[in-house]
Amino acid sequence: MPNLWLGATVTIKITAIAVCMGMIIGMFMALSKLSKVWVLRIISNVYIECLRGTPLYVQILLFHYGIPQVIRSFTGQQFYFDVMTTAIIVCSLNSGAYIAEIFRSGIQSIDKGQMEAARSLGMPHSKAMQYIILPQAVKRVIPPLCNEFIVLLKDTSLLAVIGVTEIMKTGQLYTSVHMVPFPTYIGVACVYLILTFTISRVVNYVEKRWHMSGSN
Amino acid sequence: MIEVKDLHKSYGKLNVLQGITETIQDQEVVCVIGPSGSGKSTFLRCLNLLETPTSGVITINGVEITDPKNDVNKIRENLGMVFQRFNLFPHMSVLDNITLAPIKVKGMNKAEAEKTAMELLKKVGLVDKANAYPDNLSGGQQQRVAIARALAMQPAIMLFDEPTSALDPEMVGEVLNVIRDLAQEGMTMVIVTHEMGFAREVADRVLFIDGGKVLEQGTPQELFQNPQQERTKSFLAKVL
Repeated sequence: MPNLWLGATVTIKITAIAVCMGMIIGMFMALSKLSKVWVLRIISNVYIECLRGTPLYVQILLFHYGIPQVIRSFTGQQFYFDVMTTAIIVCSLNSGAYIAEIFRSGIQSIDKGQMEAARSLGMPHSKAMQYIILPQAVKRVIPPLCNEFIVLLKDTSLLAVIGVTEIMKTGQLYTSVHMVPFPTYIGVACVYLILTFTISRVVNYVEKRWHMSGSN
Repeated sequence: MIEVKDLHKSYGKLNVLQGITETIQDQEVVCVIGPSGSGKSTFLRCLNLLETPTSGVITINGVEITDPKNDVNKIRENLGMVFQRFNLFPHMSVLDNITLAPIKVKGMNKAEAEKTAMELLKKVGLVDKANAYPDNLSGGQQQRVAIARALAMQPAIMLFDEPTSALDPEMVGEVLNVIRDLAQEGMTMVIVTHEMGFAREVADRVLFIDGGKVLEQGTPQELFQNPQQERTKSFLAKVL
């Protein structure tokens, strides 16, 4: 049997790190996109459009093989990325773009009377965001965020192309030797299903708990 | 004291306020009436800069708030605002709604802020709701909490933007009672309202705004019983 569980730990590791980084990047980009400073708005727009508008597959290849080539041609020295480095950076940047849009729409979905009420009490914009808008927005974006986690977890299978031994690659390696594609890929599919199902259950639970501890 | 000089506000080609000049004295209660879309809410929202005036000068207690050099947050601490749709923070308990700004803006300690909040809740008759969440309150209760929240910053002036328009009829009274108490305590207030009976009773002065201008003003007796302008007469004929 292929060691799919070992592959699963790699998938989980990449997804977990990329989701955390993606949320940080996403929050920063969402606030930039809503900022009054036009430079920030342009940076976040370009970032979001480029990373959402190109396939993750292309991003992986471009980053892993393309960028080292450019660096080599400038420095004349050997240079390459470790596959895990590529995996984490590309997945973080890619999910950051989607999460940015999730956060932005969450922030904008909060009634503008909330910001007005906070400002009318003398709160600066940043404090109003911190105490009033973001806590409400974060609760509201849990379902789309959960969706993004699941999509990202499945998309890490694309990393097989550069040889990251996550679930997909583990399966591919096994079946290329043993020639048993059906049981292998059924096994691969089941492992993904177990992981994504677990995520959606956990998120559901968190959402219910939050719902009970206060409204909205 | 609020002094407004030649206040204009436009959104693109739409001129909502077309030159309002008005002085509101300390402890004065001014009710602003007029048809929908006349600019009365915009006028009120300009007073704490929720709307940025296109031109004109607003001075509050000697501070020219329309001067961009002045800190708008400091100015707003002095101006409590109550909204038509309450705008309570739904993710916080009633008590936290009231104490948030005193703690985070004024730097008051939690115990002191909560003590003040409880006194204010007593004043609006909602002590037992301190730990409730806004969604579990009726409209009238929410609006009373909103008033308490604004008062917690100890403002010199209170602004009310149609405070009873979103309420079921049987809840209007409880909110008006709270505002009436404030008036009796000598709070300076500007109240945009459709409650003509209330305006007549509580106001020292009534402004009738239409088409972005103060068309007529006077004591409630003068304005309601003996309006001079045709427009005022026809408006009052429809609403009284």
